Amino acid sequence: MSLEKKKYIGQPLQRLEDPPLITGRGRYAADVSFPRQLHMRIVRSPIAHGRLKSIDTAAAKSAPGVHAVWTAADIPEVPPIGFREGRIERLEPYRQPVLATDRVRYVGEPIAAVFADDPYLAEDAADLVTADIEELPPLLSADEPPREFEPGRSTEADIVRQGYGDVDAAFKLAHAVVELDLRIGRHSGVPLETRGAIARYDAARDVLELHGAAKVPHRNQEALSRMLNRPMAGMHLYEGHVGGGFGIRGELYPEDVLVCVAALRLERPIKWIEDRHEHLIAANHSRQQRHKVRAAVAADGEILAIDDEFFHDQGAYLRTHAIRVPHMTCGILPGPYRIPAYRAAGHVRLTNKTPAATYRAPGRYETTFVRERLVDAIAAKLGMDPVEVRRRNTITSAEMPYHRPLQALGEEIDHDSGDYMGLLDKAMARVGWDKLQADLKRRRAAGEAVGAGIALFVEKSGLGPTDGVRISVDINGMVEVVTGGASIGQGFETVMAQICAETLGVDYRRIRVIHGQTDKIEHGIGAHASRATVMTGSATHVAATKLRAKAIDVAAELLQAPAAALDVIEGKVVRTDRPDGPSIELGDIARHLSATSKTRGDREPGLSVTGWFTTEHQVYPYGAHIAVVRVDRDTGAVTVEQYLAAYDIGRAVNPMLVKGQIVGGFAQGLGGALFEEFRYDERGEPLSVTFADYLLPTVRETPRIDIMLTEEAPSPRNPLGIKGAGESGITGVGGAIASAIDAAIGKPGAVTQLPVTPQRLKELLKAAPAAP
Amino acid sequence: MTAKLDVTLKVNGRTHKVHVEPRRTLADALREDCGLTGTHLGCEHGVCGACTVLVDGEPARSCLMFAVQAADKEIRTVEGLAKDGKLHPLQQAFTEHHALQCGFCTPGFLMLATGILERQPDISEDDLLDVLSSNLCRCTGYENIVKAVRDAAARMKAVR
Repeated sequence: MSLEKKKYIGQPLQRLEDPPLITGRGRYAADVSFPRQLHMRIVRSPIAHGRLKSIDTAAAKSAPGVHAVWTAADIPEVPPIGFREGRIERLEPYRQPVLATDRVRYVGEPIAAVFADDPYLAEDAADLVTADIEELPPLLSADEPPREFEPGRSTEADIVRQGYGDVDAAFKLAHAVVELDLRIGRHSGVPLETRGAIARYDAARDVLELHGAAKVPHRNQEALSRMLNRPMAGMHLYEGHVGGGFGIRGELYPEDVLVCVAALRLERPIKWIEDRHEHLIAANHSRQQRHKVRAAVAADGEILAIDDEFFHDQGAYLRTHAIRVPHMTCGILPGPYRIPAYRAAGHVRLTNKTPAATYRAPGRYETTFVRERLVDAIAAKLGMDPVEVRRRNTITSAEMPYHRPLQALGEEIDHDSGDYMGLLDKAMARVGWDKLQADLKRRRAAGEAVGAGIALFVEKSGLGPTDGVRISVDINGMVEVVTGGASIGQGFETVMAQICAETLGVDYRRIRVIHGQTDKIEHGIGAHASRATVMTGSATHVAATKLRAKAIDVAAELLQAPAAALDVIEGKVVRTDRPDGPSIELGDIARHLSATSKTRGDREPGLSVTGWFTTEHQVYPYGAHIAVVRVDRDTGAVTVEQYLAAYDIGRAVNPMLVKGQIVGGFAQGLGGALFEEFRYDERGEPLSVTFADYLLPTVRETPRIDIMLTEEAPSPRNPLGIKGAGESGITGVGGAIASAIDAAIGKPGAVTQLPVTPQRLKELLKAAPAAP
Repeated sequence: MTAKLDVTLKVNGRTHKVHVEPRRTLADALREDCGLTGTHLGCEHGVCGACTVLVDGEPARSCLMFAVQAADKEIRTVEGLAKDGKLHPLQQAFTEHHALQCGFCTPGFLMLATGILERQPDISEDDLLDVLSSNLCRCTGYENIVKAVRDAAARMKAVR
């Protein structure tokens, strides 16, 4: 037999997740049903801002099939939904109640819940609920002066500030000052599966179950057990298949709490499946910010300081993330550049719109647009090549690790490794930058509106602090990897199986990966912030390493062989010095270690281990995007002719899946750059309430892109050198497309707002050319 | 609530006798009354195409059709694609080309593509993009879906 050890890490292996998903056997939230279940329908406020004077539920209560109709008065014991990272006293008045009490603050806010035998009947009855709401003037923009949220409390919930260095001195000494006023539109993840929550109370075991969980089941287990005053052991969450996450799915929302309370009180399983209209007005929005940003620059293009004041349109309440997105916006804006002095102040302002939180690359999509617009503007002001301005300011590999006294997600920024300009140079070489620019120039001279743009960025990934993984091998040699991670469709199971397979020495198809089940493992932080492969993957590596050592230790005794001469290959412990010598299957070792085995000796029963991985810092992958666009001057439409996403991931566990993440992220970024926007009328009525108004890119708008995936800067902060992949495709798209549009229409700095819809672009084309 | 009607649905060659309100959508009837939850609902207003099934060979949005309208027609869903434990070439190509991530839109794309390739095995690249633009995917950026459908088209022709 061959003793060649099979490689799993770094291989583009097919996903273990796919078989049920391609045959219609998946189990998404709507596919979960229990006998005797009732269906919940939420009655939502039709008014953006008003005093909720009364709600008449009488007609709904007597409608066919209706078991209960609740308003806030029916659930006085249920507190508002808290912040995931703990209490922040001064912000608590801005939390969202599960059902509105005396005020409604956005169209879509839950004001009542109907429970009926069938979803059609629940919806019929919900239509019969009427609310007497005294309309108040809505506040619809974070640009406007703050108003009163409630007596004695401003709609400006907070001003987040981060910075370092003497910014004012830098502006005094500056050769030039560049100032921009930039806006990012209101977007969201909009997964194809809407939200869903199914709660069941099992009185026999005194366990309340919540199905349809995603992203952070363990964190929501903590929150729900606290809110409902239950022991954590009696509150369990179950993640099934999840139809896309993107930051917004899996957060704890009012509907999740309501089904739990109702399951306890009505003693029936309660099922709630969101419809698309509800999703677009009730699930988290994101992104919307306005930045008034200034840079102080030297004559040679060195950026001496950045001063950013921004206005974060939070929507009606602070949800589970509290103020993390604006806080991270402050921390992450400098990105790949040195910036000797920096000051950011973010006004977190509540408005009468859907509450906002995270969407894939929160704070980074926004700040990459802002920062890269700023760099382009500096180049224009100084008459320099934008690439040279980047070269002048980019942190070099010699400066790594590069610490910056700013924070993101509660950690100080500490760039671990990378050659940012080196990647941009390679990307430019790949597209043949000089020739490309010459071609575009020639085409522009011939009347076409074509241009190229660049965005350079640093991502952050692998949010800690700790992940634990339990691996066990059964007597048949099948492996189970139990994680506290979560799968939102990204290929989590396959990636964990690949890491375990290579480290332990078994076929990845013999490995079953568990995620999102709070009754299987006590600790879990889930899947967000591009953390799963970095953190859960590293814990899997630690555990698999321990398990391998344990198996070899037992095998050495059973085979009467020195441990140093043994290896685990394809599920079997073999002698590397005698390929035809004795060997033993992992399943047989598990049998020897079973609790009743006589050959176990003093060892603890079971071929199983737990491995932990802990880190103090996130890891920082980086990327460079290059876009080439063509603008149709008549229609204002933008066609992306060419797009390169260059990305250094440190080490790719499965390059096929990494590339899938990048392409998918790009498409979402393109949506945010050109099409997607939640709009409101002057009364606060949402205008983007169907897929005909909120425009996701189709295959027609999404060009094929080129990906340059490099592994030149593995992270020194974990055993495999891994950095995250999930958010890299989206981060640079707004910045790169904006820059390319400027070039195409020959107006540097023209694009100041995303998305660049055809209407906005036609306005830009009409406006006088920008000063050279 | 209106009186329920007896309807016979022929799905993947099997007969399902269901008792439904006239307003019940075909999608709901397939999912809740026939137990075929592979057909997904992504928007319920006919834009996303996650609920696409074949009705007498034509791709149709099952969220925009009432179950009673589908009575006695030949309905095919994702559950009927694999035959005798063998994946359909489209299913095989979707997994090989990593044409799915979360998988929620996948049944709709598989049925859309099945319908079109059975009718137009030699569909041009441009027409194929037009057809595929009728469904939405939020994970993949479409590139691998297009590759998979192209590859499956070749495999289906080779079998023929």
